[in-house]
Amino acid sequence: MTTEQTSEQPSTGNSKPIIEIIGMHKWYDDFHVLKDINLEVQPQERIVVCGPSGSGKSTMIRCINRLEEHQRGQIIVNGTELTRDLKNIERVRTEVGMVFQHFNLFPHLTILENLTVGPIWVRKTPKKEAEELAMHYLEIVRIPEQAQKYPGQVSGGQQQRVAIARSLCMKPKIMLFDEPTSALDPEMIKEVLDVMVDLAREGMTMIVVTHEMGFAKTVADRVIFMDFGEIVEENEPNAFFDNPQHERTKLFLSQIL
Amino acid sequence: MSESTVRIEEIKPPSSDVGMIGWVRHHLFNGVFNSIATIVIFGFLIKIIPDFIRWAFIDSVWFTSGKECHAAQGACWSVITQNIRFNIFGYYPFEEQWRPLVAMIILISMLVYSRDWNRWNKMLGYAWALSLFIMGVLMKGGLFGLVPVESTKWSGLPLTLLLSFFGILMSYPLGVVLALGRQSRMPVIKAFSVVYIEIIRGVPLITLLFMSSVMFPLFLPEGVTIDKVLRAQVAIILFTAAYIAEVVRGGLQAMDKGQYEAAESLGLNYFQMMRLIILPQALKIVIPPTVGILISAFKDTSLVVIIALYDILNTTKSILTDPEWTGFSTEAYIFIAMIYYICCFSMSQYSRRIEKQLEYKHTPTQGP
Repeated sequence: MTTEQTSEQPSTGNSKPIIEIIGMHKWYDDFHVLKDINLEVQPQERIVVCGPSGSGKSTMIRCINRLEEHQRGQIIVNGTELTRDLKNIERVRTEVGMVFQHFNLFPHLTILENLTVGPIWVRKTPKKEAEELAMHYLEIVRIPEQAQKYPGQVSGGQQQRVAIARSLCMKPKIMLFDEPTSALDPEMIKEVLDVMVDLAREGMTMIVVTHEMGFAKTVADRVIFMDFGEIVEENEPNAFFDNPQHERTKLFLSQIL
Repeated sequence: MSESTVRIEEIKPPSSDVGMIGWVRHHLFNGVFNSIATIVIFGFLIKIIPDFIRWAFIDSVWFTSGKECHAAQGACWSVITQNIRFNIFGYYPFEEQWRPLVAMIILISMLVYSRDWNRWNKMLGYAWALSLFIMGVLMKGGLFGLVPVESTKWSGLPLTLLLSFFGILMSYPLGVVLALGRQSRMPVIKAFSVVYIEIIRGVPLITLLFMSSVMFPLFLPEGVTIDKVLRAQVAIILFTAAYIAEVVRGGLQAMDKGQYEAAESLGLNYFQMMRLIILPQALKIVIPPTVGILISAFKDTSLVVIIALYDILNTTKSILTDPEWTGFSTEAYIFIAMIYYICCFSMSQYSRRIEKQLEYKHTPTQGP
């Protein structure tokens, strides 16, 4: 850990990993999109996944909350193994929050309603309590005044922050981010990254697929490089950026930095 | 180079470009083709309209007998006025015709009141239940000292409204369920939905009505009969639902996959996801074709003549077979067309209103 990182140190070694991916393979028909993925994530660890497009990084994190099915291997999230069993899937999904590249807010609901729909219908929280929870998280993402607006009435950066707040209202143990800033205008990227940095500092377990290497350097405990469906290299940020081991990693870094 | 502020003179646009003249120029005469079309259409209207007005209003007779009508030059609106009770109420017993009249007034009043969604609450629900009960009692009789009138005698406008109202009300949810069934991953449900939809869409409504009236009773045990109007109603519901199902399926396919993913990521189960997130958006997308199907369903009620039920179109036809009134079909059908038009136009107006209410609010320009 270097002096640049001011975030909490994740627990390592003796505690059980919160996510275990063991020998995971996935095919789309004949196309082998994920090859022998092995990954352990400790609670409160922050992981950044990077790689060229088509490398399978989004697919991998979407397997973690079963938006995609894997065909071989095991994925165990917080002690629950992901199989065809619906009950397991639903249990995992309440503990894993996801933020999408294109926000995916519900356009027919107000921002407040977007945030309360999960707690009210999944956790059976009474409406008033759900609304207080929602306002609390809207303040954390710094847009409480937009509660009664509709998603179409706020900017992209604000929409993505609403999306983050929406996931947080379910009090997940793990947050997955699938290229959260890739669809944003440059001036809005910072406001979203700031929220994510705050979240990291609070101790949330995060897996972030992104090209924002500044974020990786500030907050990540580990950076993982994927290419052609494989995890090629993983390391803590300074070692990763200053001393890449594989040729493919060096090539990728030379292209984006 | 003067530093004083210069008042810019108000320059008005050229007079031939604004106001009435401008409008006419831009909308009717912009370009050679449009100008010619305008002249042709106006010429046509100038020829037709005065003649029509003379026929329909100036030379027309309104309250005469059939014989006197033949002698007159203009339209014979008497064919409607003298036969109005049969036209509207059909074979319903003459002295009891106040009952379907009251029933229709209740139905239309309730529909008009319920147009505003802000008024939808528990009280309104109870009011509807009570109204339907009252309408049923009024039509059927047998209770509260009312003379029983069997349903085969229900005819004319009350029958048309009855079959359309329940047809529309019941076929819509059934169609939505079928559309969801067709998307289902469970093979039995999917197979059933596909077979149902494809078979029903493959036959005309007349076939279904015919089958419901002639074939279906053959399968019933001795002595068991099912009300004829009920059979027609069920046929209309089953028929319309198949078409609604395909339109809703189109709406579901048009949905952004991300909506499903966001809903699933939150942990919503299938029914919650459909009810709260997907269907509100998908059904809204397909309001235009849905309303088209429902308007067609309204007009298709006239096909029940095939099973000897006489809706308003067929009572009209019956009037025209009377030798006294034969030959005045134009006037009679204009009247019927107006009734159908009022009903169908109201439906389409209402659908536009719903669409406007459901528009997603967004900023007119980019940015917060």
